[in-house]
Order: sequence, then structure tokens, then C-alpha cells
Amino acid sequence: MGRSDVLVDAGWVEDHLNDPGLVLVEVDEDTSAYDKGHIRGAVKIDWKNELQDPVRRDFVDKTGFEQLLSGKGIASDDLVILYGGNNNWFAAYAYWYFKLYGHDKVKLLDGGRKKWELESRELVTDVPTRPATTYQAKEQDTAIRAFRDEVVAAIGTKGLIDVRSPDEFIGKLLAPAHLPQEQAQRAGHVPTARNIPWSKAANDDGTFRSDEELRALYSEAGVDLSKPIIAYCRIGERSSHTWFALHELLGLSGVKNYDGSWTEYGSLVGVPIELGEAK
Amino acid sequence: MTDGCAAPAQTASLPATVDLANEAVIQGTVVRDGAPVAGAYARLLDATGEFTGEVVTGDEGIFRFFAAPGDWTVRVLAPGGVSTDSNVVAATGEIASLEVAI
Repeated sequence: MGRSDVLVDAGWVEDHLNDPGLVLVEVDEDTSAYDKGHIRGAVKIDWKNELQDPVRRDFVDKTGFEQLLSGKGIASDDLVILYGGNNNWFAAYAYWYFKLYGHDKVKLLDGGRKKWELESRELVTDVPTRPATTYQAKEQDTAIRAFRDEVVAAIGTKGLIDVRSPDEFIGKLLAPAHLPQEQAQRAGHVPTARNIPWSKAANDDGTFRSDEELRALYSEAGVDLSKPIIAYCRIGERSSHTWFALHELLGLSGVKNYDGSWTEYGSLVGVPIELGEAK
Repeated sequence: MTDGCAAPAQTASLPATVDLANEAVIQGTVVRDGAPVAGAYARLLDATGEFTGEVVTGDEGIFRFFAAPGDWTVRVLAPGGVSTDSNVVAATGEIASLEVAI
């Protein structure tokens, strides 16, 4: 699988906006960005209100995902192009989520909303109307989703990549620096994890680094790319970005995203936690 | 429900839920010809140049980070290939203010 099978650039999107069977989807947590302006024809998905179960901490189930996409007018065989803010964190999360439910034809807009804006490309406020579909999802593919017990079992055996910022990794901050820091759980990281911030996989404009740069990045940080790998962050979106780099761009098998991430692990009773630099 | 990752609105006053006594705030305004610039990207880099956070300026051209005490760099990106770095020192209980002209 090549880069063009999973990523498209802004020029490509402008050329293919009106292709039948292509759906642009903006994914964000704060959808006010979409409301102020989005790529022509794009529909929006709200990361928090539409992809998460409103009661339990988990995803919407298969039926819920089918209802969501049917209502958005997305068909099972449509080519879905995802983009969003925050350097595509939530778009990468949605990409992983679409793959989890077995949607084959999905790609990311490289650089997401930021690169599109920095290049002063067209944004519109017209909201498209798409006729409802009967979307059929598959059962979750847990080959790409890690749960807490697998993470504890992976200590010292599998590759663990903590993609948060260095200050979050060593235990100095509990959240990214654009957020207030009040939180309840313990700080630190999973023992034996390597700290390779998601941002190292991206350029300033939000595009992904080259395959050669990515391979060097993880290898030089001590990750054995021939072994199974679990990526995590705080709530699983930044690690989706790294999952995308490893599993989709580098084509590594056996890479999972731990969506429970630090907000789950750092609240578990009795699990090992390490503070400070990686040992 | 897990708290998400969307930045609070980038406005001049701190969100009411934030207790400044516990925070090391870095706050600034992006201006062009004296007028605030909305939609610019402000990236916070730590003392080693590592990316730590990014926000988009609001209508008043304001960006804000909740950092840790120490030395930081704010890199502002804007259309037209603009990329400007500013150094700033943060301290707990204080708002370190800066203006970035592009």
C-alpha cells in the first residue's frame, strides 16, 4: 500500500470535489470551525457528540455507527476524505474509527484544515444536503484497537509509544498546554514506553513527514518496528495520528491504538507507572 | 465523558473555571498593521524546541496556553508563508503577555 492510497493533498481535493461517490467529512470536537467555513460539499462529524457513547465511556456501537453514517448520507462504498483541525488529530481518529468498523475506502487530507487555511483556499458556509443511505458497518476490527489489559501485558514485551508531549510523559503536565491542567488521575507514563510526540511525525503545516523520516524517527528512538506496537496518548486522538503514520504510511502490521490512553491508564488502581525520562 | 482536546475559546478573559493560582499562562495577541489577526496558528514550543501545543487565534487575535514555569517559544503561522518566533518566560500564578506583529 502506498501513500496515495491513504493520503490526498489539497490540490487533489479541489480537483475531485464533485466526484460522484466521494464524500468530504470535517471531523472536530469543536464544530464551530465547520460552521464558520468548511471545504465545499463537506459534511461534519462531531467527535464528542456523534462518535462517543453518551453514557458509557466507549464508542457508539455498530448500529449507532450505521445510523450516524446513514443520516449523513454516506454509503458503505463511498470514498470518504477526512480532514479537521488540531493537525488532523480528530480526522486521524475518525480514520482509525472508520477502519475499525470496516470502511475500506477512506483517506486523509494531508495537512488537514490548517494547511488548507494557510494556503488561503476556499471555505464556504453552505451546508450540503445528502439523501440518507442504508449504511452497513462490519464488526469492530480489534486487531487495531488495544484495551487496558493488553497495555499492561505489553510492558517490556511489545513496543509502547507514548505520543504525548515530553512534559506530559515525564509527569510535569497532565494535558496538552492549550488546556487547563486540573485533572484527577496520576501523571507519568507506562513503563518501557518510548516518548515520541505525535508532532515529530508532522511538519509545521500539519502534513506528515516522509516515509524515510518516519522510519528513522521511530527506529532512532529505540522502537523495534518488527514487533507489535501499541500507541497511546491522553484520550486516543493524537495516538491515532501516530497509528496512521505506522500502520497506514509505513505499512506495519500489528500496530494498535489504545483509545483508553492516559485518562484510563493513569486512573487504574495498582498498575505500574514510571515518572521522569524514559528508562 | 472524557474531557476533550478542543481549546477553550481564545478570548481576552480567562475561562471562569480556571484558577490562575495553579496555572502558568502564556497569552498574546497577533497583530498586522496594529489590527488583530483572527485565524492565525500559534504553536508553543518548549525550551528544546519540541512542539507542546497549538491554538488558532480568535476574533480578537488572541492565543493562550496553560504551560509550566520556564522558557518557551511561541511560533505564529499565518497565510502567505508567515512564520514568526517569540521567546517568553512563564511563571505559575502569572500571565506572561506578548504581542506578535506579522
